[in-house]
Amino acid sequence: MKAAPFAYVRAESLDHALDLLAEHGGEAKPIAGGQSLVPMMAMRLARPALLVDINRLGALKGVAIGPRRVVIGAATRQRDAEQDAALHRAVPLLRAALAWVGHVQTRNRGTLGGSLAHADPSAELPLAAAVLDATLVLASRAGGERRLPAAGFFLAPMTTAVGEEECLTAIEWPVWEGPGVACAFEEVAIRHGDFAMASAACQIQRDAEGLCRRAALGLGGVAGTPLAFPDLAARLEGRRITEALAREVAEEAAARAEPGSDTHADAEYRRHLAAVLLRRALLRAGAAPARAAA
Amino acid sequence: MAEAPRFRYIGRRRRAVEHRRFVTGQGRFAADIALPGLLHVAIVASPHASARIARLDASAALALPGVHAVLTGEELQPEIEPMLPGVDAPEVRRFPLARGVVRYAGEWVAAVVAESRALAEDAAELVEVDYAPTPHVVDPEAALAPGAPLVHPAHGSNAIFRREFLWGPVEEDLAASPHRLSYRVRWSRSATVPIETFVCTASWNDATGLLDVWASIQMPKFPDLLARCLRLPGNAVRVHFDVDVGGSYGVKRGLKHAILVGHLARRLGRPVRFLEDRLENMRGGDMQGPDRIFDVTLGFDGQGVIRAMRMRALDDVGAYAGRSPFQLGKPVGAIVGPYTIGSVAYEAISVLTNKTPQEAVRGFGQAPTNYAIETGLDRVARALGLDRIEVRRRNLIPPERFPYLIPSGTLYDSGDYARVLDKALAAAPFEALLRQREALRAEGKLAGIGISTCLEPSGGNSSFEPLFNPKNTTTTWMDSCLLRVDLNGAVTAVMATSSSGQAHETLVSTVVGEVLQRDPDSIRVIHADSLSALPSNSPVGSRMAIMLGGAAAGAAKRIRDRLLRIAAHNLDLPEEALEWRDGAAVPRAAPERALSWARLVEIAHREFHNLPPGMEPGLQEAFVWEVPGGGGLPTPDGRIQMYPCHSFEAHVVLASVDPETGKVALHRYVVGHDCGVMISPDVVHGMTYGGVAHGLGAALMEKFAYSPDGQLLSGSFMDYLLPSAQEVPPILIVDHCTPSPLTEFGQKGSGEAGYLGGPAAIASAVNDALAPLGAALDALPMTPAAIWRALRAARAAQSAPVPARETA
Amino acid sequence: MPAPPPPVLVEITVNGAPRRAMVEPRTTLLDMLREHLGLTGTHAGCEHGICGACSVLLEGEPVRACCIFAVQAEGMSVTTVEGLAPARGALSRLQDAFCEAHALQCGYCTPGMLIACHDLLARNPRPSEEEIREAIGGNLCRCTGYQQIVDAVKLASGQEAAHG
Repeated sequence: MKAAPFAYVRAESLDHALDLLAEHGGEAKPIAGGQSLVPMMAMRLARPALLVDINRLGALKGVAIGPRRVVIGAATRQRDAEQDAALHRAVPLLRAALAWVGHVQTRNRGTLGGSLAHADPSAELPLAAAVLDATLVLASRAGGERRLPAAGFFLAPMTTAVGEEECLTAIEWPVWEGPGVACAFEEVAIRHGDFAMASAACQIQRDAEGLCRRAALGLGGVAGTPLAFPDLAARLEGRRITEALAREVAEEAAARAEPGSDTHADAEYRRHLAAVLLRRALLRAGAAPARAAA
Repeated sequence: MAEAPRFRYIGRRRRAVEHRRFVTGQGRFAADIALPGLLHVAIVASPHASARIARLDASAALALPGVHAVLTGEELQPEIEPMLPGVDAPEVRRFPLARGVVRYAGEWVAAVVAESRALAEDAAELVEVDYAPTPHVVDPEAALAPGAPLVHPAHGSNAIFRREFLWGPVEEDLAASPHRLSYRVRWSRSATVPIETFVCTASWNDATGLLDVWASIQMPKFPDLLARCLRLPGNAVRVHFDVDVGGSYGVKRGLKHAILVGHLARRLGRPVRFLEDRLENMRGGDMQGPDRIFDVTLGFDGQGVIRAMRMRALDDVGAYAGRSPFQLGKPVGAIVGPYTIGSVAYEAISVLTNKTPQEAVRGFGQAPTNYAIETGLDRVARALGLDRIEVRRRNLIPPERFPYLIPSGTLYDSGDYARVLDKALAAAPFEALLRQREALRAEGKLAGIGISTCLEPSGGNSSFEPLFNPKNTTTTWMDSCLLRVDLNGAVTAVMATSSSGQAHETLVSTVVGEVLQRDPDSIRVIHADSLSALPSNSPVGSRMAIMLGGAAAGAAKRIRDRLLRIAAHNLDLPEEALEWRDGAAVPRAAPERALSWARLVEIAHREFHNLPPGMEPGLQEAFVWEVPGGGGLPTPDGRIQMYPCHSFEAHVVLASVDPETGKVALHRYVVGHDCGVMISPDVVHGMTYGGVAHGLGAALMEKFAYSPDGQLLSGSFMDYLLPSAQEVPPILIVDHCTPSPLTEFGQKGSGEAGYLGGPAAIASAVNDALAPLGAALDALPMTPAAIWRALRAARAAQSAPVPARETA
Repeated sequence: MPAPPPPVLVEITVNGAPRRAMVEPRTTLLDMLREHLGLTGTHAGCEHGICGACSVLLEGEPVRACCIFAVQAEGMSVTTVEGLAPARGALSRLQDAFCEAHALQCGYCTPGMLIACHDLLARNPRPSEEEIREAIGGNLCRCTGYQQIVDAVKLASGQEAAHG
């Protein structure tokens, strides 16, 4: 299980990386943490002719927390994000999702951008990005910077809107201002740390009366991309999240899923799980102690 | 309980002598053998379950710089002898590389040899093979149906072995039983899946005509089979048993790997290594385990006492077979489990299909059989509305009836089964489990308690060989030890097989130290190579504590006896006047005249004039031990003493099931275990913990799944799921000791402990959890999806909401 | 198939000593350690990032050496199982506890387990059972059922004797 031959260049700057990507078109691929890419290359399911290593680009690392949004460099390690207490307060769902991602060894190496660009429909970070409608910042030599909402970023399993000459540089996560924000991330995998058979995530903001003021929710592992349901989230606004409401919303979301089948879970089971997990997530977030203010 | 004999070293805590090299990264595994000029192999494998090879063109691969050879089956087969199955099926021939036809997806078609493994993989991609797919069969029952595609047409049938045994008046007993029930259970294909794959490195020397082999193997008679298949005399193959094997638990047979690599090394005149990668290992490593459908009928009385059992076991061995059909044979020696079932009919059928071949897995077929039997005990209890534990108590063989002869001809050596069960229940403690179960149910979970009481036959013998193959008259499966004392008095023990984590060096040095009354840490144990070794049948069938321990004790006793004779001669005393104490020969009446170890060794090595007349100089002894109780051929109706010793385990498990997702959590796990006298308690406990974890995998998550077109769907570690520390719960082991009367120290085997009762107990717990909803599962693994389907079916079927209540 | 790109020089610090080798860009850190530097203590189990047998410390943090190309580690420091002992012939407290608690059998996953546990104890000197299990959750062992590994980590962290 050895990768097919490739050439390797360590990018000295983002411009350098973009030049290389522009020069080699689809033959080149950026590598960040490599926790998905390297195994795929080892199995020869991915075989770029040129790897452009963006790991050492300081410009692609770090967490900048503003009042309205958090900007996280694409090459920021998952482990660094996981240990960033301020980030937890600003974007609670991101932290909740990270807790389910792989293991210490993979999070030490894996990056936020890498997981999103890999776009496994069962992965946690893409679901978090879809639910919160994060903005993916792409750069290319010819096109400069391009910003895509998560809804337009994930196209199909392992397929995103990132062009052959583009590099994902940053992810902007919306900060929900004000008090009363809570979230929940639920998933079922047979083994800890594995990709989920189905997952559900939501972030909710409640007012002083406990009514839902703002909501976002979605499902993972039950379609070719993570699914967000803004219309169903809107239905929660102004209401208390009761068992009945959570069930209604979860079942409607699950009904819209298009799950596939594999050796561990067939489509029917995944759809069922989706409804259960989203209902649980909504109820848990609805009842959870909420953050005082971001 | 018999009082365990007291020992100086046996049964005491002692650090395993192997550990130090492993924790410092200085183990020496087969992949660590670095030889100058080493070449590397990659495999071209069949993508089809069944096909003709229409064309094979290796020219592009051979043109790649750094590629040394592309070997095909056309070239290899005429040069070697086939690997034959253990049963009498001479047309089911297996070679390392396919020739003309392929019979499973993943079967090796060509081997590419290159300067590096990466380059070999590059070249393997360039080997062009055209296949013409042919009809295939992947379901074992379909494979037996008339008109099914034949995996080996020359054999004439897909049944590679089929025999119905009748031990006692089963039909009469069933007819006379007040109650009968029949059920089917399915044990899915899983395996031990060691973290190290198969590795084989070989080097041929033209001048000496010697093939050196370093392989990660655990296989009886491996050097002899390898030499025969390579058409070399046995003394032209030297297998080095001093490599550390990175786990095996049965599967590391690797004969086809070694034939291929040995042939390549000889042909190319360069050392060659084949280090299977994980994908090759899962698909083409031929290491998948039993894959069985059991149909069982039990006849029992109103008290739940089982009188008779009819069992049909259909085992899917895949496309070729080595020893795998014997995995239906070994359970003959414990076919009634720990129970007093009086008559048994057993139909054993091994079926060929277009799947990866089956290989030996921990327990050699006993764990699936135990699961089938234990399911029956639970069902009898449920049918009668009785407590599952009470039903077991009524069926367990009572301690006063040992040695106990079971209907299929094996004498159980010793046991106190109810006592071990009681100890496990007390340790749980069971009353607390009942309360916890209620508490979990009150939380809205499904919760259940699982029970199993199972046997671990040990001291691995080959009795299933003549039982399953009348042309095979093997009646010994000896093991041996050579002991040398050098002229400075240091003791070296030589064992004749490799180890894969069983701490044999610790075993042998402890035993030898016990007999000689010498500090075990002063005794070095080495692994011979096959040309300097005494015979061994490798560490299979939970046999080494018994067989290697027995051989080491035998050799040590010979050394001790010889030193006592030297002492008697020099002290002019009769031998009976001396005793062996603290490593010296001590006159009972005059301890001050004792002859020390050093003095006795000096006489043996240097002072011929002080040796008793006729005694050889020097100080070394060999001991080759036959399996106790073995040596016989089967009766015409198939009764035979299978293994000599019988360990026992009682599992008690508390599990919960999420009623909506089907996900299982284990909250408490207790194993009562009796393997007689433990030589190294830490080692026994370690293997038991590991066996439980392995059993958890088989029960809940591990499966080699195949698509209808014969493609392996779980061929990587991403989809074949080994349990991690977050799935395996803390495990409590409760020891009990019923010494075996057949062994040197009263020890029994324990290498398969935990695994033999674990899957049955976990399945029992899940079914206990599902029972209030009227749901049940009869197949492993009990995955969340499978549990959810069973719950859904039960809810749909349930019109009257009156759940049957389980009584524990 | 295009000819493989030429080997490149990779210089890393391994267990405190500078090491260098000419490797193909596709050579993983695992293969460089094993095949080029002769450090065979680090083991290959799956080569696709699941089993953890190849774990090493990279810049002090545990990572899977099968999921990093050696060339990416240029200039970095690597600690392997061979570098855990405080001195030649000695054992670290954790290594000693592994021996004492019988936390290994075949020894194949052991180097990765030690790396994971070493990192855990560096971050958390008195981990709970749950924290220990989480820390080794990405390291598969087929021999031990993990129980005696958990015992060993507790022993190394002074929490309880492996055996009463």
